[in-house]
Amino acid sequence: MTQLPTSTDRKLGLVIDLDTCVGCHACVISCKGWNTENYGAPLSDQSAYGANPSGTFLNRVHSYEVQPEEGAAQLIHFPKSCLHCEDAPCVTVCPTGASYKRVEDGIVLVNESDCIGCGLCAWACPYGARELDAAEGVMKKCTLCVDRIYNENLPEEDREPACVRTCPAGARHFGDFADPNSNVSKLTAERGGMDLMPEQGTKPVNKYLLPRPKDKMEEIDILAPLLAPIALEPKGFMAWLDKTLEKI
Amino acid sequence: MHPAPSVIIFTSLSGLGFGLLVLLGLGLPAPTGIMAFIYFALAYALAVGGLMASTFHLGHPERAFKAFSQWKTSWLSREAWLAVAALIVMALYGAGLVFYDLALAPLGWLGASLSLATVYSTSMIYAQLKTIPRWNTPLTSLLFVILSIAGGGLLAVQIPVALPLLVGAGIVQVVYWIWGDQAFDESGTNMASATRLGDQGSVRAFEPPHTGTNYLLYEFVHVVGRKHAAKLRIISLILMIGTPVLILSMNENIFLILIAVLAHAAGLFVSRWLFFAQAEHVVGLYYGKR
Amino acid sequence: MKDQPFVDTSPKVSDEVRKTTCYMCACRCGIDVHLKDGQVAYIEGNKDHPVNQGVLCAKGSAGIMQVNAPSRLQAPLKRVGPRGSGEFEEISWDEALDLAVSWLKPTRERSPEKLAFFTGRDQSQSFTSFWAQNYGTPNYAAHGGFCSVNMAAAGIYTIGGAFWEFGQPDWDYTKLFMIFGVAEDHDSNPIKMGIGKIKARGAKIISVNPIRTGYNAVADEWVGITPGTDGLFILAMVHELLKAGKIDLHYLAQYTNAPVILDAESGLLMRDKEGKQLVIDHATGKLTAFDQKGVSPDLNGKHTADGLVHKTVFHSMVERYLSAEYAPDAVAEKVGISAGRIRAIAAELARVAFDEAFELDQEWTDFRGEHHTKMVGRPVSFHSMRGISAHSNGFQTCRALHVLQIFLGTVEVPGGFRFKPPYPKPSEIHPKPHYKVTPGAPLDGPHLGFVHGPDDLALKEDGSPARIDKAFTWENPMSAHGLMHMVISNAYAGDPYKIDTLFMYMANMSWNSSMNTKGVIDMLTDKDANGDYVIPQIIYSDAYSSEMVAYADLILPDTTYLERHDCISLLDRPICEADAAADAIRWPVIEPDRDVRGFQSVLCELGAKLDLPGFVNEDGSQKYANYADYIVNHVRKPGIGPLAGFRGDGTNSGRGDVNPEQLDRYIANGGFFVEHIPAGANYYKPWNAAYQNWAVNIGLFDSPQPYLFQLYVEPMRKFQRAAEGHGERQPPEHLRERIKLTLDPLPFWYPPFEDNQGDENEFPFHALTQRPMAMYHSWGTQNAWLRQIHGINPLYLPTKVMQQSAFKDGDWAKVTSAHGSIVVPVAEMAALNESTVWTWNAIGKRKGAWALEENAPEATKGFLLNHLIHELQPPKGDGLRWANSDPVTGQAAWFDLRVKIEKTTVPTESQPNFATIKSPVGQGPSELIWKVGK
Repeated sequence: MTQLPTSTDRKLGLVIDLDTCVGCHACVISCKGWNTENYGAPLSDQSAYGANPSGTFLNRVHSYEVQPEEGAAQLIHFPKSCLHCEDAPCVTVCPTGASYKRVEDGIVLVNESDCIGCGLCAWACPYGARELDAAEGVMKKCTLCVDRIYNENLPEEDREPACVRTCPAGARHFGDFADPNSNVSKLTAERGGMDLMPEQGTKPVNKYLLPRPKDKMEEIDILAPLLAPIALEPKGFMAWLDKTLEKI
Repeated sequence: MHPAPSVIIFTSLSGLGFGLLVLLGLGLPAPTGIMAFIYFALAYALAVGGLMASTFHLGHPERAFKAFSQWKTSWLSREAWLAVAALIVMALYGAGLVFYDLALAPLGWLGASLSLATVYSTSMIYAQLKTIPRWNTPLTSLLFVILSIAGGGLLAVQIPVALPLLVGAGIVQVVYWIWGDQAFDESGTNMASATRLGDQGSVRAFEPPHTGTNYLLYEFVHVVGRKHAAKLRIISLILMIGTPVLILSMNENIFLILIAVLAHAAGLFVSRWLFFAQAEHVVGLYYGKR
Repeated sequence: MKDQPFVDTSPKVSDEVRKTTCYMCACRCGIDVHLKDGQVAYIEGNKDHPVNQGVLCAKGSAGIMQVNAPSRLQAPLKRVGPRGSGEFEEISWDEALDLAVSWLKPTRERSPEKLAFFTGRDQSQSFTSFWAQNYGTPNYAAHGGFCSVNMAAAGIYTIGGAFWEFGQPDWDYTKLFMIFGVAEDHDSNPIKMGIGKIKARGAKIISVNPIRTGYNAVADEWVGITPGTDGLFILAMVHELLKAGKIDLHYLAQYTNAPVILDAESGLLMRDKEGKQLVIDHATGKLTAFDQKGVSPDLNGKHTADGLVHKTVFHSMVERYLSAEYAPDAVAEKVGISAGRIRAIAAELARVAFDEAFELDQEWTDFRGEHHTKMVGRPVSFHSMRGISAHSNGFQTCRALHVLQIFLGTVEVPGGFRFKPPYPKPSEIHPKPHYKVTPGAPLDGPHLGFVHGPDDLALKEDGSPARIDKAFTWENPMSAHGLMHMVISNAYAGDPYKIDTLFMYMANMSWNSSMNTKGVIDMLTDKDANGDYVIPQIIYSDAYSSEMVAYADLILPDTTYLERHDCISLLDRPICEADAAADAIRWPVIEPDRDVRGFQSVLCELGAKLDLPGFVNEDGSQKYANYADYIVNHVRKPGIGPLAGFRGDGTNSGRGDVNPEQLDRYIANGGFFVEHIPAGANYYKPWNAAYQNWAVNIGLFDSPQPYLFQLYVEPMRKFQRAAEGHGERQPPEHLRERIKLTLDPLPFWYPPFEDNQGDENEFPFHALTQRPMAMYHSWGTQNAWLRQIHGINPLYLPTKVMQQSAFKDGDWAKVTSAHGSIVVPVAEMAALNESTVWTWNAIGKRKGAWALEENAPEATKGFLLNHLIHELQPPKGDGLRWANSDPVTGQAAWFDLRVKIEKTTVPTESQPNFATIKSPVGQGPSELIWKVGK
């Protein structure tokens, strides 16, 4: 079913806070663990203990250095997984209908039993969100933990994607962007949530919150220090101290 | 992009095969009997062989039939339908020529159109991808189609058709390369738009997410051999265009024409290798690579 | 929509969830282990757990690859080839234990000190030390000496508790969080959670670190300091705060020894007959014990006697820190931070501490009996780790940071730095070191502790070191954690004496846990004139095929962390929070599928076979069947055992009788126990009567132990005085000057030793390592998932150096220190101090170890900086070899390292390159398609 729905009832997705992400890769491995054991084929690893280890991951954390025109360079950790685009090009290119966008919540999924492993959806995705599993030969991607978020075998508080549940710094937020009062909609509005590669026209659901400005503590003029001296040498200081103590 | 042999063979051979079918459908030439059989056998071997090769890179070739289902949206699915339709129609048309000395011209024209549409749909599999700026242009379709029928003309030994088409294909190919070399930079997708960090300063990829490799890097970030691109382009042009044009314009000796065909095919393979190897996917930006 | 495929959105998650404690690093988070068909299917954080509240890091989630690692040892091993070859034969446990007993028993009867028992990254130190104590050897320690002791000792001597995981910022109230030298480390998830929490609130973070990764990357302000100069930077801020009078005078007067009178002649603190420190009461002007009700200690008190004017500690501090040498302008160049920025940061600290001070409506009563209606909060907090600890000036630097905290009045107050039980705890009530050896009998007390003067040093009657690691000697008097990194070289040299057996646990000494790796390998394999190994017997316990395995004669294979019992005990390093006492267990959520045993259980059996008093019943039978038995039934002192929860009938906390059901109660409770500190007792703990009473009730203390923060550490002065010639115990001549200088009772800064050795121009770069967040600690195997994230470690060079030397990412460099050279791949980093290079630690592995293929990138491109660091400083021409460590605590100074960098041709592999070890466990599978319970 590779026609995109004209609209979805809900728009589930993630807000990723680049100001808070410390780059610990917790989300990467939690995702690997859950999705190896759950939806579809396991995420396999090749050369697992060998010379050229590689494997299927649905979420990876990049890092970038940003050099401002003045001041110190900054390091930004950058988690990236499927953005569950509204105009998902990966869906429309699929020849078999294995890739589809769910009408009820907008999650983009691969029905693995229909996937021929042609790779075209990965070609069409600008974000690198899809990886062909080398062992199973089917396309793997973030399911937004569709088998967690509605899972009645999990306590209600755990019905969120594994990456969100595990994120130690709380840099990942899950919710419904169609609901203007949801946590993710509010965060996006407050902090100016960004689309990645907007020019690609994919209309990503996931939003990124940019790092707040850094290194803004101004260097003060030596002649007008913020801390006004009360004494410059010990004797004067002790005299000040006596006076001050008297007042207490 | 990773220049996988399967996709190079697929696009090259099926292009030649369907190109030949276009010519045959148009009655250029319109052989009968055993000659018709040879022409059609060659066309089918190339077209079907190419299509078969395309399944080699599938994770699940046994499910390939499912690829017919999404003709409404998927160019790959459309290609599958069109290829089958072209092959059936041209089979009927060919059967008429081989067994009944009968040229059902409207059927041939229909078959030619379907064959041309097949090549076009193949091209659109690539041209539709915004993620690969070098491909995301009507020039891709023009190149595929003109190379296809030029090659078909060569195979069909239709010199008056083949010569101008080959020259035209050469021009399109050169334009395509020149245009393609700036396509990525002109696409508007760059490190700043990929990360949205551009307002804070110049962005540089630091550590990759994994020190090990992955499917994306293997499939989309192919840099091996790119530095020889200029040389390969010249080789491709000489083989694919120059040699056949030279031979066709001088001589109709069948052995020389065979050499022209082989040179063209070899040049076409080089061109297609470059088509993939030089194509840069925007996902490379996330890895600080092109 | 009918066209959509059916997706089962409620699949069964697992058959069963078992809750235990993670051991993928030192954080000790609670984990939910999901089992399918009896196999581990998935691991996630335990939402109820006090440490991680449900979150879990990459390591924790990758635990499934750890418990199934191909590198797991399979059975006891006896060496058959030469040491280092990796050639072993499998033997039975009976044979293994008999062999161990045949080595250990005669030694114990003759000279127990000839067993050196060091336990690396042990989380059962109260147990292993108990075993060693019963054996009777003084030679026991864990790995603190090369890890943390500067910070632990500086903290405990100064404020009665340390950073590391023993305290935490008040995440709920802090508005400014300043971190020094913090990378991924202990308390990793709590810090991430805290950073997320305060960021959401808009609080600011200032990070001081030469490298801007991890927490430093998300900090609002990054101070890319020159390594080893943090103390100078801190004292410059102290200078600024003093000069501006922006210090908490009330706090200093009430809760610290700032107003205590110093004897002008001896430099010792004046005390009354009961030993209580004396202050001048501001009201009466008279000398008064500090803890009297109503006393108002005078920071500028003076006491005149015998013609001498004795002044306060604070007076000495003012004189020292107001001096021009600590002015921002004087230090700016050295620390690599402009004077203006130093002032700005000091001003910001003062602004938040004083202008944003707040009060909690919470009554409390202090130890003097004064009642307070409010708790004053100062919302500035600090945290600090290895970056300042692992230098040869680390102890004094850590002390300087505590001084800064105290001057701002922000320890144990709302918004500040808070202790976790069993801290706060004054240094005086910690044990002192014990080292009295009696053949065939236990040691006279606990090995490790806190010295309070020369009399407490572990010296034999002839003045020679009693311990093999020379802990608690004049070379490093306050070495509270022992010196594991010196054991092998000292044992090899027979200095102070030879040993029979080296017994180690979870300590990869022939690789990443040693400085001078190659040298250590040579010492482990060298033979004497008779053809015997210089270190005669080596017993090693580990769960995995680490590099160290090859160098042992007998291997006792341990279990993985999901197959074992453990207790994270209040007697040891518990999992407490600032608001609660807490401890935890591990229990076998799966059974081992190999012939392996938990090391602690093996010690129970070995202890019995050796007739160690603590491990046999009166009839000589084995006292503890296994570690679980010990955890439940061991009584350390009446009512106190390894676990504090569910004692007695199951309702007693802290104190209570042995409860046979205790472990079941822990398991039912999620693997942990928490006892909250009542409101009103949870701040101002060292001086808060309610807290002190609570601590006594729960068994942390036997009586209330209020104390003053020791800005002036008197024991240090006692060592100085000895060096000046006072007292009977005298240091050797060559150490006198160094002791006089470095054992200063008030913090000061001196350059790291390595800075003074070579030519700074010859070795212009500081070289550092840090563990990546996804792979911190190396006690596990190279994990199949995590090694894809970090399988190679380039040496990161600052942009300027890359450009100057025309390096490109992936080029190779020869890196040379005063000790040696390595050849390694380089990569660029812009967010880096310009005189610093660094790499991820312990990614490099030796060929044949960890069940990796020989050509694994860890072995071909990975590398260790350890090869560049020696446990001794280079010869100075004085005929002596000085330890490359802090002169106060002996902490290994691995961050002092200086190097030069030269571009070199591309080698085939990183250098040095070691021969392949024969893997005792074979190699791992080439492909993993992991799914259980299909």
